[in-house]
Amino acid sequence: MLLSQKLRIAALATAVMTFTSGAALAQKKYDTGASDTEIKIGNIMPYSGPASAYGIIGKTEEAYFKMINDRGGINGRKINFVTYDDGYSPPKAVEQVRKLVESDEVLVVFNPLGTPSNTAIQKYLNAKKIPQLFVATGATKWNDPKNFPWTIGWQPSYQSEAHIYAKYLLKEKPDAKVAILYQNDDFGKDYLKGTKDGFGAKAASMITVEESYEISEPSIDSHIVKIKAANPDVLLIYTTPKFGAQTIKKTAELGWKPLQIITNVSASVGSVMKPAGFDNAQGVLSAAYAKDATDPQWANDVSLKKWNEFVDKYLPGADKTDGGLIYGYGAAQTLAKVLEMCGDDLTRANVMKQAASLKDFIPDTLLPGVKINTGPTDFAPISQLQMQRFKGEKWELFGETISGDVAPE
Amino acid sequence: MSAAEEVVAEGHEAVEAVPKRAMTLGTGTSLVVVVLLLIVPLFTKNFIIFQMTMLLIYGLAVLALNILTGGSGQFSLGQSAFYAIGAYISAVLMEQFNVNYALTLPISGVLCFGVGFLFGKPALRLSGVYLALATFALATAMPQLLKLNFLEQWTGGVQGLVVTKPDAPFGLKMSQDMWLYYFTLAVTLAIYIFSVNLLRSRSGRAFMAIRDNEIAASAMGVDVALYKTLAFGISAGITGVAGGLGAIAVQFVAPDSYTITLAISLFLGMVVGGVGWLPGSFVGAAFIIFVPNIAESISKGLSGAVFGVLLFLVIFLVPHGARQIAIVGQQLIGKLRKT
Amino acid sequence: MELFTNQILAGIATGAIYACMALAVVMIYQAIDHLNFAQGEMAMFATFISWQLMQWGVPYWGAFVITLVLSFLGGIAIERILFKPLAKAPILTNVAGFIALFAIINSCAGLIWDFTIKQYPTPFGSAPFLGSQLISTHQAGMIGVTLLLLIGLFFFFQYTRIGLAMRAAAALPESARLVGINTSWMIALGWGMASAIGAIAGMLIAPVVFLEPNMMGGVLIYGFAAAVLGGLTSPFGAVIGGFLMGIFENLAGTYIPGVGNELKLPIALALIISVLVVKPAGLFGRHIVKRV
Repeated sequence: MLLSQKLRIAALATAVMTFTSGAALAQKKYDTGASDTEIKIGNIMPYSGPASAYGIIGKTEEAYFKMINDRGGINGRKINFVTYDDGYSPPKAVEQVRKLVESDEVLVVFNPLGTPSNTAIQKYLNAKKIPQLFVATGATKWNDPKNFPWTIGWQPSYQSEAHIYAKYLLKEKPDAKVAILYQNDDFGKDYLKGTKDGFGAKAASMITVEESYEISEPSIDSHIVKIKAANPDVLLIYTTPKFGAQTIKKTAELGWKPLQIITNVSASVGSVMKPAGFDNAQGVLSAAYAKDATDPQWANDVSLKKWNEFVDKYLPGADKTDGGLIYGYGAAQTLAKVLEMCGDDLTRANVMKQAASLKDFIPDTLLPGVKINTGPTDFAPISQLQMQRFKGEKWELFGETISGDVAPE
Repeated sequence: MSAAEEVVAEGHEAVEAVPKRAMTLGTGTSLVVVVLLLIVPLFTKNFIIFQMTMLLIYGLAVLALNILTGGSGQFSLGQSAFYAIGAYISAVLMEQFNVNYALTLPISGVLCFGVGFLFGKPALRLSGVYLALATFALATAMPQLLKLNFLEQWTGGVQGLVVTKPDAPFGLKMSQDMWLYYFTLAVTLAIYIFSVNLLRSRSGRAFMAIRDNEIAASAMGVDVALYKTLAFGISAGITGVAGGLGAIAVQFVAPDSYTITLAISLFLGMVVGGVGWLPGSFVGAAFIIFVPNIAESISKGLSGAVFGVLLFLVIFLVPHGARQIAIVGQQLIGKLRKT
Repeated sequence: MELFTNQILAGIATGAIYACMALAVVMIYQAIDHLNFAQGEMAMFATFISWQLMQWGVPYWGAFVITLVLSFLGGIAIERILFKPLAKAPILTNVAGFIALFAIINSCAGLIWDFTIKQYPTPFGSAPFLGSQLISTHQAGMIGVTLLLLIGLFFFFQYTRIGLAMRAAAALPESARLVGINTSWMIALGWGMASAIGAIAGMLIAPVVFLEPNMMGGVLIYGFAAAVLGGLTSPFGAVIGGFLMGIFENLAGTYIPGVGNELKLPIALALIISVLVVKPAGLFGRHIVKRV
């Protein structure tokens, strides 16, 4: 309800402004993919293949725009959300993005998922001057307006998150022996780098074990056994959800209780902590920027209620423990905001300009205190995180929201 | 019963015997296809040209597998490994050593030939399921090898390597996509003609003798070990060239591009196109590029399932792949001529 | 030294997973003479069915038995509907059929049960086994079940009429038909049994790796490797192969400096290939002599 009201007011405001300030604003400007009635948004997602678990993000976004359209669209225009499957394969991503741009003629490519796929399409989209908006990966390289003015990130970068953990450890446990378990891909290596940068000169002395695993391994028990043999005090778990749950469960089975810090990606109460066993997960640390829908502390949260209503109505039967539903909703809401800000000037340049002028925007799904801010030199929309500790059956936030922007090289 | 009918009626051999004249297209048909391939890009969008380029590239890779399996009877689920090596060699040479893109292809081809030949040596002792597993192992291991730390300064490690797309030379007024398409087409035609001639040559006859009956072939004096490894080498070499072209067309190489999924796709391409029928390789390539897109347009959530169902339909209707259709067509034309 | 014993124990625990899957692989190989790429997915789907039954309130063993029956029937149904029509088609076409089946099952499971990981219960508990924290009672139970299955299969194939008939049908179909064996139904039976054994493997593996549609992807590669290492014709070899695979992989990851950890799977696979080069039929497999 609130949203539609806001939209109506925004539409009204635009109308009033158009009315008062004369010809310059009254002129509607369009690039390919936008018209009086429709805005065409392109997207690629791994609906099939090894990363199909993320497909739910695309489905959520599709449903979100359906909701927007049911409420009259954005500034009177319906959103036509075209989403294709790239199977998490970079060559397929290139093919599908070219199809979106050259055949479907979309205005922008929004929230394409995965570092490899995004790297593969970045050069093409920038050469064509097509916005690569709010990419769904946490690599630092998306915040590089100078070299890639048409690419902008969305979520906090993996490196900045790792930075925050390193700083926390330097403060709380400066003499700890730290072990790092990471996934051997761009995701895990970014965390590894962020941690090392965060420790700075102390990295060599503090990090005693660096253990990597491959995503194709069925079980990572033997890695945990090996790490335990080195007897570190702290275990940094830079894994995807399944392996995060395995790690927490296995350390408990081994009767080993190091201080464990798990990535935000794998911090879901419903789909990691619960399968790993709440008893085993007590005291685990993490950092968050979004609310966890399965966390009882948000049961009465007003903005999350909106999310709940949305899921019930537009994605009936969806598994609410899946973090992708929260993620997709937040990202889609950010795009809706940007399009709303564009008014009648729906050129690609203006979309990019508006995406880079978000001020204290708060999607329903973000933690209190976390805001989206962008600027001409700041292409990292969400850069705040808050530390949290697992207690009972939920996360307890502690400390302040920390900004962890890491500049790309 | 004509030779063609015999082929279709044939039973349960691992790889069926295909007479060598049934392995290619007739001259007339070939000319029509080539003319079409030359003209169509002039009238289509760049995106379609890009898809056609990818079709030729995957077609080459399937063709390479076809020479190995359809020609010499050896089975491989590891073609993605050679494709990856070729792609990385081209990408690294272009980006780190500033070698001209056209020159990187023969280098990729030759190096992949070497790798394939060497891999063929131990694989000699294996056959059937065991060879499948050995090649499968190679394909599984390849992305991990590409990620290795000590190679990272060249390969870009897990992040991969972005490749610059070449412009049309001699000041030709042609888009990059179109130039790359014609370049790929030229390479493809050259390799296709080479392959056809190879299979008609002494070596080709030796391959097929081995495929049809290894023991009999060796009794007749065919150097089985040499020709089997040679088939592996040639197949890997062609796949390597395809990989190099793929890297240039996609403008990016990364370990995630060359997983076992690619090897499986190439294998499916071969089966759908018809094992041992060289032109079928391109039909198969079209299948692995377009059918997933069709499946996805039918249902997003179930795209995998729809793809599976479509694949089942194809193999139910034509268990011998596109070759079967071609043979039936040929017979029809033959009958028409007689009457 | 402690690390060494620990890694061996952890290797045995993980090896039990591979051994279990390898048994299912051998079973199907005995029946149809090639490998089924969709086997892991069939096992995953069966495990999801049992999970769903438990969500509906069926007790563990009840769900276990129902799932076994359903898997057995499901396996037969898949053979009758999808692969019997392909019996005359070339082998490579059949392999394409397995890949299609893989895609269908994986995609359907994702749509029905989503991709979030699910906790799967174990009937054996997960306390330390015999005081060692490295092997839990669940893993010990898993090894026990694998060995029981192995003994069962051995007797089935060696001493029962139907087991012998199945072996005959797979090895020499023409001769088997001549002595009055219904080879077509033997193949269907083999599918059913392989599917049921796969379901057991899935239900035993799920508590360790968590239940999700892609859970068997990695396991199947190891299962194939283990079965091939031990010899595809020998259930005993497959189980030994599974344990060897688990142990060797851990030792390579722990003791080979530099690349050991990153490349433990490639190293293990390379070892298997070298074994095959020396013994082409695997450690315990029979070598089949071909006639001209």
